[in-house]
Amino acid sequence: MDVEILSRIQFAFTIAFHYIYPPLSIGLGVLLVIMEGMYLKTGNKLYEQMTKFWVKIFALTFAMGVASGIVMEFEFGTNWATYSRFVGDVFGSALAAEGIFAFFLESGFLAVLVFGWNKVSPKMHFFSTIMVSFGSMLSAVWIVIANSWQQTPAGYHIVGEGINARAEITDFWEMVFNPSSMERLSHVLSGAWLAGAFMVLSVSAYYLLRKKHVEFARSSFKIALGLALFASLFQLFTGHKSAVGISKTQPAKLAAFEAHYDSSGVGDLYLFGWVNDEQQEVKLGFKIPGMLSYLVHGDSKEPLTGLNAFKPEDRPPVNIVFQSYHIMVAIGFGLIALSLIGIFMLWRGKLFEKRWLLWFFVFSVLGPQIANQLGWISAEVGRQPWIVYNLLRTSEGLSKVVTANQVMFSLILFTLVYLLLFILFIYLLNEKIKHGPEGAEKIPSEYEHQKAALERN
Amino acid sequence: MEFQFDLNTIWFILIGVLLTGYAILDGFDLGVGALHLFVKDDLERRIMINSIGPVWDGNEVWLVTGGGALFAAFPHVYATVFSGFYIALMLLLFGLIFRAIAIEFRSKQPTKWWRQLWDVAFSVSSILIALLMGIALGNIITGVPIDAEKEFAGNFFTLLHPYTVLVGITTVALFMMHGSIYVVMKTEGELQKKIRSWVNNTIIFFVICYVTTTMYTLIYYPHMVQHFKDAPWLFVIAVLNMLAIANIPREIFHGRDFRAFLSSCASIVALLALFAVGLFPNIVLSNPNPEYSLTIYNAASSQKTLNIMLIVAIIGVPFVLAYTVSIYWIFRGKVKIDSMSY
Repeated sequence: MDVEILSRIQFAFTIAFHYIYPPLSIGLGVLLVIMEGMYLKTGNKLYEQMTKFWVKIFALTFAMGVASGIVMEFEFGTNWATYSRFVGDVFGSALAAEGIFAFFLESGFLAVLVFGWNKVSPKMHFFSTIMVSFGSMLSAVWIVIANSWQQTPAGYHIVGEGINARAEITDFWEMVFNPSSMERLSHVLSGAWLAGAFMVLSVSAYYLLRKKHVEFARSSFKIALGLALFASLFQLFTGHKSAVGISKTQPAKLAAFEAHYDSSGVGDLYLFGWVNDEQQEVKLGFKIPGMLSYLVHGDSKEPLTGLNAFKPEDRPPVNIVFQSYHIMVAIGFGLIALSLIGIFMLWRGKLFEKRWLLWFFVFSVLGPQIANQLGWISAEVGRQPWIVYNLLRTSEGLSKVVTANQVMFSLILFTLVYLLLFILFIYLLNEKIKHGPEGAEKIPSEYEHQKAALERN
Repeated sequence: MEFQFDLNTIWFILIGVLLTGYAILDGFDLGVGALHLFVKDDLERRIMINSIGPVWDGNEVWLVTGGGALFAAFPHVYATVFSGFYIALMLLLFGLIFRAIAIEFRSKQPTKWWRQLWDVAFSVSSILIALLMGIALGNIITGVPIDAEKEFAGNFFTLLHPYTVLVGITTVALFMMHGSIYVVMKTEGELQKKIRSWVNNTIIFFVICYVTTTMYTLIYYPHMVQHFKDAPWLFVIAVLNMLAIANIPREIFHGRDFRAFLSSCASIVALLALFAVGLFPNIVLSNPNPEYSLTIYNAASSQKTLNIMLIVAIIGVPFVLAYTVSIYWIFRGKVKIDSMSY
């Protein structure tokens, strides 16, 4: 294998592994704010118990996110040096802003969130929880801005020629608010909220089925279900907005989403299918004729730019994009349905008796995880062959001095190490879940909590 | 070359500040890691880890942000060094991963072999990280082969040279000294007494390495002292450095641990200042073709970007300092193990 394919595999593998954790942290962070806020408002110790339990899960996923995240920052330079030289002026500033604004905020207040229970007042602790949650979303803001600039470059000009050509910022705010950044950001964030919400739903449903920590599980479940319903519906809205945006900014990607080849024809919407790229058609598919044109233009008769408008070397691999996009959408609708059924059953007061439904929720944790991964595959593979859309090809972004053997070495190590980490993560997560929340009697009362904080001052 | 206080110089200094912040902060927790296996008792090891528990992650953010700032301000340096030092960088990454995971996982299981495994991982990765950072620093001093296209023209073994390895070992020694003082500050009782008796040994270890490195540099890499010849007042930094180092055993002897720690911080600042002055205005020296060196001018981003980044830094840095100070204030005092500890 040559250095290009190895570097592509390594980047895809390391980013996919990394992306298991930050969405969980972002989603859990929002729930922690709600839970601890409820505790401060009501003084009900159940909420304190909940917060403390989920903080432990949060801390574990956060640590995994940090450990796998440093890799990402270094990898631009190690494997994609030519790309780094080309985009440093633009992309680097967003990354540095992420460090200065988000990472310090998160890591600083995380210390208080996890270790500061007896060191600061309950209000200060709550403030720290809010800051950690805010910081984790701020981090998403900057990294999605940087990525969106690669999808829809704006606010830059090209300076120099040939190997010395690079993009330089002309307008910082135009770069920040590039055509796709806000739509993609809202889509990413709601995906992250779903990841956190269904994590809590899954664990709570498991406790309910096992009849353990019942009060704790019911309360956690209700809070998470509210977020799940909101986020899954919001996800549909942001997803639609994104797709309409892509039809204008990256028509080849949208065409690949639905395997739409013929520019003179209307765009059909497939529910499923298998793309034969040679014959340029979808096999075994079920389609709604003209639906894609309708969603994009509001008119099912209007033709839509197809893949044929692009030279073969400028098209993304269609079937991968088609499949990942369709499965993502299907999971998205599945999550909406599950949330709605959950809310309906809750309203009828039968939710916690329906064991089959609770089993669905136990496994639902995989839904957002898979959909988030597939969403990124759709976005990133759909941008190919470009690393920066229409400006730089992925094959041109490689490090010139790195050899295939070196990448093979690091890729093998990453595979082994990440496999080990993942097993450990699942093992420890399982241990924590089996252990469950600390019993209410073990948690110092609010009064003691206050007193301990006062004594320290 | 005429000295100009322009944006490029400001960014050279700011990245220096970020990396110095990293060396001071992560320096002591890497040092704690390097000393970890010398402590045998399980509870004492837990106290060691928890002495850095709430802060190590924030300390590492200085490196992450320093890397991001390097990418933004001097993309050619970032690209050349990171791709050129590929294997070394990958080893550093695996070190950082294992270290983070070891801290997180170690105390999650009571089994002996589990804890021993992660203790070794924690200590070895801490030493490896410090060693690799030092080796990288050493290579910046000696210069590395760079071609006309700004690309690195050596391999992994080009980076391993007696001098660079010596700088690596000196870095480990520096962090061990720094870390031992930190642990003395954060512990009490038997453990504190034990570590206190180690501080002088770590100082001696560091001073031996430091003097050797300095002689080696003066004899073989005289380009590092050119600015000091041109502007003799800069020698003040060297004097301050020696005074700071000499002050450490004095403060430890009088039991003023915090002041000993501040002296240790001051010596790190002075050491990196000496390094930065010697290097300026180069960031990566090209050896044997100095004309291909990456400087703060030919490796930089546009003036517009440096300007935007400066605004970002002016807004962000006060917040960063406020968080850092508050966290260290909240977690001041001796380590106590409770149910939320590592």
